[in-house]
Amino acid sequence: METYLGEKQQASQWSPYINNGGSCLAVAGDDFAVIASDTRMSLGYSIKTRYSTKYLKITEKCSIVSSGMQADIFTLHKVLKSRAQIYEQKHGKPMSTDAVAKLVSRLLYYRRFFPYYTFNIVAGIDDEGVGCVFSYDAIGTLERVKYSASGSGSSLIEPVLDNQVALKNRNDIKKEDFKLTKEYAIDLVKDAITSAGERDIYTGDFVEISVIDINGTHEEKFELRFD
Amino acid sequence: MFTLGSVLDNELKSTVEDFSFETNFSTNQLMLPNIEKPFEFAQSIIGLEKDLQENENQLMFHQQKKEERKERALIKGYKGTTTLAFIYEKGTVIAVDSRATSGQYIASQSVQKVVPINSYMLGTLAGGAADCQFFLAHLGRICNLYELRNNETISVAAASKLLNNILYSYRNYGLSVGSMICGYDTRGPQLYYIDSDGSRLKNSLFSVGSGSPFAYGVLDAGYRWDLSKEEALDLGRRAICAATFKDSYSGGTIKVYHIDENGWVKISDDDASELWYEYEKKEKKEKK
Repeated sequence: METYLGEKQQASQWSPYINNGGSCLAVAGDDFAVIASDTRMSLGYSIKTRYSTKYLKITEKCSIVSSGMQADIFTLHKVLKSRAQIYEQKHGKPMSTDAVAKLVSRLLYYRRFFPYYTFNIVAGIDDEGVGCVFSYDAIGTLERVKYSASGSGSSLIEPVLDNQVALKNRNDIKKEDFKLTKEYAIDLVKDAITSAGERDIYTGDFVEISVIDINGTHEEKFELRFD
Repeated sequence: MFTLGSVLDNELKSTVEDFSFETNFSTNQLMLPNIEKPFEFAQSIIGLEKDLQENENQLMFHQQKKEERKERALIKGYKGTTTLAFIYEKGTVIAVDSRATSGQYIASQSVQKVVPINSYMLGTLAGGAADCQFFLAHLGRICNLYELRNNETISVAAASKLLNNILYSYRNYGLSVGSMICGYDTRGPQLYYIDSDGSRLKNSLFSVGSGSPFAYGVLDAGYRWDLSKEEALDLGRRAICAATFKDSYSGGTIKVYHIDENGWVKISDDDASELWYEYEKKEKKEKK
């Protein structure tokens, strides 16, 4: 039975986590995947830097974007990069996207009692050449999906993707008539993250977008609002 | 003083000795922060309160503190669910929804809440999604090893006991697992409920999750041991549909599985709201 004083002392306890903001998203098609993230790093009401990368290319067929705390993102990406390199040197071939997805889930769950404050999305081409997106929560719940958004702008982006990629709540077009082409997906991803930048203070500055298909990864960078 | 050394799997150590210069990767312990009370810290940062019945004897003061702690928790894991399973004459029926929530945000409408352990055993996911996924996958590995070593299939009672022992050693660490192990072995259809508190219960029907009271209402009213297969599957589906209708933390699609002596089979996968409208239409027709 704790006293009221004890309660007050607990309320001002130091927390090891901060949220640096940012949004990430990924969309998978039949034979490609598009993955994007903004590059703004914020702390409270200030912008710490306009370019802090949240994207990591793991193999030619697989990439990861993360949002949340920049320190944990950096460490997780560092660990992931070295594990992927060791796998390639040990087995003589790069890690498949399914293996990367499972590895990320395990790395996150290993820290179940002191989590990485990161919200990750892994996207790429699987062994059959089909595009795939894997989304996670902070402790490693793994789910393979067709599209996903994470970060401060996720609740702004996700409904757009629900409507435009999964065709939910639409009366004008049927699922059988719709095919997600690469150009459509790239435009959609660009528009979605630009719209998030309009309404979310933590999203902005630059966007790193990359398209993964059977020929490899093609990376691009464009500007968002600086305000 | 708790030690986690022997918890996860002692036997795994011996299988990774072939690459002994890399054993720092093949760890079989979950990392604990190097502070005084690691499990209190773990509980305070992750907002994973169990969906299961709250203790009604709690003083209001404690209740307030719990609510505040939940609000302050920075990291919200995915939770919220309705799952049910029951055994009857011809086998086991499992029905689940597919929604995962993170606070008030619906994180996903397509989560797989039934995890295959082997070809005749299924585990359900309720409570913390990551915890259930990890430990059920681990249980699958242990069961596979058992079958390779002993040249016989593992019983549902033994598999559930293995999981129970592992979870009991992580008691008070803030894990949230409310899983049902369902299967068909030499004793017939079997159903066990495993909790992260350390409970292991055997019964002929269970429902777990935030929507379980609503599911129980339909399930208890219609349950009999001598149901036909069609009736049993329909009962499971209707119970989850009722739960998704009334509980905001449950929804998405309703998946129904059946286990008999030939193994497990996925029966159906229906959208929850569409199914509700179908039932409504059927009732209107019958009334006419």
